[in-house]
Amino acid sequence: MGKKKKEVDDRFKRFGTVSFTSITKINDFIDYLDQGKIMGTRCKECGLFFFPPRADCHNCFSSDMEWVEVSGTGKLITYSKLEFAPIGFGDDLPYAIAVLDYGEHKIFGRIAEDVPEDEIRVGMEMTTKVNTLPNGQLNYVFHKA
Amino acid sequence: MGKVGIIGVGQSSFVRGYPGSIRELAFEGFKDAMQDAGIPTKDIDASIICSAPEYDKQRSPAGVFAEYLGLVPQPTCYLESLCSSSSMGLRFAYSLVKSGLHDVVAVIGFQKMSEISSAESQERMGRGADIQWESPFGTMMPAYYAMYARGHMGQYGTTLEDLALIRVKAATYGQINEKAVYRRPVTFEMFSDPESPMSGPVANPLRVGDCCANADGSSCVIVANEEKTRAFSKKPVWILGLGAASTTVNLAGRDLFSGLTVAQAAGEEAYKMAGITAKDIDVAEVHDCFTIAEMMAYENLGFAKPGEGKELIRAKETYKEGSIPVNVDGGLLSKGHPIGATGGSQIRTIVLQLRGEAGEMQVKDPEIGLVHNIGGVGLYGNVSILGR
Repeated sequence: MGKKKKEVDDRFKRFGTVSFTSITKINDFIDYLDQGKIMGTRCKECGLFFFPPRADCHNCFSSDMEWVEVSGTGKLITYSKLEFAPIGFGDDLPYAIAVLDYGEHKIFGRIAEDVPEDEIRVGMEMTTKVNTLPNGQLNYVFHKA
Repeated sequence: MGKVGIIGVGQSSFVRGYPGSIRELAFEGFKDAMQDAGIPTKDIDASIICSAPEYDKQRSPAGVFAEYLGLVPQPTCYLESLCSSSSMGLRFAYSLVKSGLHDVVAVIGFQKMSEISSAESQERMGRGADIQWESPFGTMMPAYYAMYARGHMGQYGTTLEDLALIRVKAATYGQINEKAVYRRPVTFEMFSDPESPMSGPVANPLRVGDCCANADGSSCVIVANEEKTRAFSKKPVWILGLGAASTTVNLAGRDLFSGLTVAQAAGEEAYKMAGITAKDIDVAEVHDCFTIAEMMAYENLGFAKPGEGKELIRAKETYKEGSIPVNVDGGLLSKGHPIGATGGSQIRTIVLQLRGEAGEMQVKDPEIGLVHNIGGVGLYGNVSILGR
């Protein structure tokens, strides 16, 4: 009677147009997105850096991580513009998915809508910025540096 | 420990909208393989059921199939590695037989993709990638492979015309494969004709013609120890080498975008186990879920040096009469790609080739054949080498 419902930390449901994950140990990633920051994690034991961020280090089995902001520019390695989308993503069409190489790590994401297709070149320098989607969800996209 | 052989191979026709349930679909491939093997069902000691999950409502299809196919009370289980599930099934069947735990094992692959819509299917396929960090961006298989196509084209100067040549070859043989879902001819000109569906964009640079079709289908491979193989099979086919590998799910963890590391690693392992090199392969089945996938397979398996796969297809060396015939049954591009059934169908083609029973598709007197089967976006790789 009057039992209080246990609060669930499901912040990750806000990631991407449709999120398939809601509960994860790196939910703070979403708070950082709210602040306009894209963060990876670094293992405090062995120093290994992870993007996407992870809660656990497979190298030394430590779960003692610190958040580190992803900054600077990366090189566009490859991309593809989609003409069809899976269920739930149709309103976003057309959009391009891509991989940026930051040297020590890479980022998988989308190219910003306002980058004209004829200006996209493999090898170009791009930056990663937080983006709010029309449905209020958050992700990150690549802009010309 | 003796050798391990394949005594029976079978598959259903690969079709759109199979008019039956998944157990009935599985029956077709199983019956075909059992009639090929010519043994009673009681001689099967165990079964491995292979598919990619979430296309149908049935949880744990192994039990349902074992009952329907008369394979109870023998042990059965479900195994998956997405599109390479039934090649992974062959690997496990080999180890069950080689260890002496069982004498004869059936590997049954199936997929009824038409249980869901095409858009739903793309969403399921996309979720074979990293659902936490990639799928929320709206990913799907053609776009992932398109990223590899762009990588390959950028690094080696491969062209869209080269990719079209691979589809034209596939259709050449798809037309004569009565089990294929796509049996119409495809011409090179269709890719530059805006009126042709082949030229329609899907995920650039890939076009409709670069993509295989969804299909419903089943396949079955009966694996046996040396004694049973010699007893049951007039034309024994042996498993000479097996290789398997994995890589990071998230593309952000990979360094190579012009080839698949899992295919390189699985190929090397299989060649080493068989004690042969790529030059010894007389006929091959490769995982051409997209035209670019076949191009990369030429190079990853050592049929061509990196970047020179295009020379093979331009010179028609991978046609039936060429130096290394590849996918002369139409491949996934023409046969269709019912995920869990695909590997078993590829193995069937190579077994029939080695026995000289491939009919119109028969390559001249092959002694050693290879099957390259990839799961997910180059996530899992299986290479199997078979010989007479």
